[in-house]
Amino acid sequence: MSANEFLPWVRREEPAPRALERRSFVQLLGVTGLVIAFGPGGARRLDAAERLLAGAADPWSPHVYLRIADDGVVTIICHRSEMGQGIRTTMPMIIADEMEADWAKCRVEQALGDPKYGSQNTDGSTSIRDFLGKYREAGATARALMEEAAAKEWNVPVSEVFARQHTVVHGPTNRTKTFGALVATARTVTMPAPASVRIKRPSERRWQGKKMPSIDLVPMTTGTAMYGADMTLPGMRVAVISRPPVWGGKVVSVDDSAALKVPGVERIIRIPETPIPGAFFPLGGVAVIAKNTWAALRGRDALKITWEAGPNGTHDSKAYKATLEASIRAPGKPGRTDGDVTAALGSATRKLSAEYHIPYLSHAQMEPVAAIARVTSDGKVEAWAPTQSPNDARNTIAQYLKVDAANVAVHVTLLGGAFGRKSKPDFICEAAFLSKEIGAPVRVQWSREDDLRNSYYHSVAAHRLEAALDASGKVTAWLHRSAYPTISATFAPNLPGPTPDELVNGASDVPWDVPNISVEVCPAVAHTRIGWYRSVNAIHHGFAIGSFVDELAHEAGKDPAAFLLELIGKDRVVDLSKNGLVGAPDNYYGAAWADFPLDTARARRVVESVKARSGWETPLPRGRGRGIAVHRSFLSYIAMVIEVDVRPDGTVLVPRATVAADAGFVANPDRARSQMEGAIIMAMSNTLYSGITFAEGRVEQSNYRDYQVTRMRAAPHTVDVEIIASEGLPGGIGEPGVPPAGAAIANAIFAATGVRVRELPVGRQLAGWETKATAEGAK
Amino acid sequence: MITLTVNGTRRTFDGDPTMPLLWFLRDELALTGTKYGCGISQCGACTVHMGGNPVRACQMPMSSVQGAAITTIEGLHPAGEHPLQVAWREIDVPQCGFCQPGQIMQAAGLLARTPKPTDQDIDTAMNGHICRCGTYPRIRAAIKTAAEKNS
Repeated sequence: MSANEFLPWVRREEPAPRALERRSFVQLLGVTGLVIAFGPGGARRLDAAERLLAGAADPWSPHVYLRIADDGVVTIICHRSEMGQGIRTTMPMIIADEMEADWAKCRVEQALGDPKYGSQNTDGSTSIRDFLGKYREAGATARALMEEAAAKEWNVPVSEVFARQHTVVHGPTNRTKTFGALVATARTVTMPAPASVRIKRPSERRWQGKKMPSIDLVPMTTGTAMYGADMTLPGMRVAVISRPPVWGGKVVSVDDSAALKVPGVERIIRIPETPIPGAFFPLGGVAVIAKNTWAALRGRDALKITWEAGPNGTHDSKAYKATLEASIRAPGKPGRTDGDVTAALGSATRKLSAEYHIPYLSHAQMEPVAAIARVTSDGKVEAWAPTQSPNDARNTIAQYLKVDAANVAVHVTLLGGAFGRKSKPDFICEAAFLSKEIGAPVRVQWSREDDLRNSYYHSVAAHRLEAALDASGKVTAWLHRSAYPTISATFAPNLPGPTPDELVNGASDVPWDVPNISVEVCPAVAHTRIGWYRSVNAIHHGFAIGSFVDELAHEAGKDPAAFLLELIGKDRVVDLSKNGLVGAPDNYYGAAWADFPLDTARARRVVESVKARSGWETPLPRGRGRGIAVHRSFLSYIAMVIEVDVRPDGTVLVPRATVAADAGFVANPDRARSQMEGAIIMAMSNTLYSGITFAEGRVEQSNYRDYQVTRMRAAPHTVDVEIIASEGLPGGIGEPGVPPAGAAIANAIFAATGVRVRELPVGRQLAGWETKATAEGAK
Repeated sequence: MITLTVNGTRRTFDGDPTMPLLWFLRDELALTGTKYGCGISQCGACTVHMGGNPVRACQMPMSSVQGAAITTIEGLHPAGEHPLQVAWREIDVPQCGFCQPGQIMQAAGLLARTPKPTDQDIDTAMNGHICRCGTYPRIRAAIKTAAEKNS
């Protein structure tokens, strides 16, 4: 029996009978790890009887991802974290489909952090692209065992039987046996070798490649879904922490007398500062332990702390912009070299250059990070957290508390948005540390302000692009320099900047038909924690590249869509590791270069699709415009046409977007569509509104008031997504939609107003655009 | 001592009167469908109904809710089948789901006053709610679907 059969998701008692009924439902959801039943009509609650059967003693586990109970109920163990991408539906649906299970007889259980499941690190858009084969194999293995068992029971050749919707049928006689009735025999059948199990042909699939509603719709729409802060353990305390406002800062002195007077505040505990670069460990600071969240927040406000800023106390975004600008104006280290860009630029008669600036970003996921931990006197640690990576959390807690990882259990709740923030377990370590200190369970609650001011930020970046055009307007040289503090600086001290291999994240693998290419990284020292944020460096790479292509099209006097197709050129398949890349990096999104060559036909097709479906040729009035961009990241090719409506006051609305995504085989197309919708809206935030800036080493923003994100009024009314039908190896879905969207928005703004955006966010830059554009046009 | 009703049940509170209703619901009643997102009325995740109107629970100190009738997402419909909840499922609106209780409570307030909202009505009513996953187009569609079924 796995350790997560009975999670102690204990909720506080509540007296009212009707409320109690609801509570028992909630408890039930929690007890077996967010188990709910679901069928074609959506989710329904699982009664206690069914639950007990599903969790019966000694359940049969023919594969690490599934168990089959004696009544045939199939429990599928989701080893990846649910953060909105739909993995808790898509993974089980693939397994159940291959298994020929009845969807209504399947349950989903959330896995604990455990290496036996393979990587649980839910990032890099990897769940389906790394595990599709494994999920199919898991289902097919179970199906093969059921078929073998039936053949054995009937004493017929296995070739005469086939599984169909939770039964096995004997073809010649039409006899059937249910999966449940076959479990006892199936347990005695020899396990087939993984490579030998037969995966369904496309025509045999029931659900893969079709829309499947999320299994979590009922809890998510009734308030019973369990996120990081939603559980209560007996005796649990709430902690709110004051952390160093500057990266590497320290507490000099604390006056906690006022804090201790706040009703409900019980203790003040120092958390040691982790020397920078602290990786996944807590920043340290001063924790207020209280009976409830409000008391802890008030207590924290009452602390009087003197901080020492440390070496990053002078970090200033305005000065740093100049530093990055100087960096990109000198040659960097090449990650790709085709031909001779210096010679080609030197001899060109027609050239264009442009520089782009992108600020730090914070995930600003709706759920500020929170975690619950219970450390008992026997040294056992149990944590519940909205984590993208329960294994990293487990190992980091073990290191931090100096205990054996075998004594640490990490349960994964639903994640109220994550976008990379929750791949770092610093906040879970805080809860574990404090629980150990006070000898009681602790929930660490970050405020929105904490979340914005002590995050792991998406890199600030500067880009310089230069190109040469020949007489026909064809690009003959492409120079791209990128400077940004690297994520590696969060893990290793004193790094001068990124390394050229990082450029494969959406910069060095451009699909352009250009003979002379140089893509370079330039130095940039980190002054804060840098971390993964949805699409990572492809955000700023995609923005700069897509914007510059549009600038080149206008310079060449060509239609931007036609120019883009010309730049992609004739169809070619190129293994970049053997062509152009300098010291080709091993890690290409964790995939083999040979499996994912640069296939320019795929880039061409997605561009043609959005050009054809978006009404590209139809003129729009002044103030409205369309922008186009294509980008390849996370092994997928995405093109977008985004239409903007720039109001006279400079407000940008996005009425319509057209997307084409070639991500190889797509298991759950509606969830892929929703990821594209979300990618556009997140790219609107990145492009139009959001930016983290530093002054005296401290983040200047505090909440959604000054770190703004997309709201309903500006959001698209129509998002027309084509998922290109493909049986190809799956690419990513969650991330690759963001990079082209930022450029498409900026290009649309140019089409609408004549104002070229080279520094993000757009913010108030378009105020008075009507006169500004006229003045620029008159120059 | 503050007395109020929450989802039809009488509740009392004698703690810090500055405590926002949000934390009373979450910490004292374990009604965790009401979410903390910003604490300053910028995101809408904590939206509940007070006397039938959507309010931000993070901005309602307990001292201001004496005698109030509060409805949370858990009490919106006894079987969780308010037309909006049904429409939300039909259209598969949620991604991470965290903001959706607040969105649904706000939309319920809108439909109660404006049974047939226009796009502009929806945008105005819902603009105070943030969904970082970007489900806005589906939220609009779900509100319209629920409004159509309401007729």
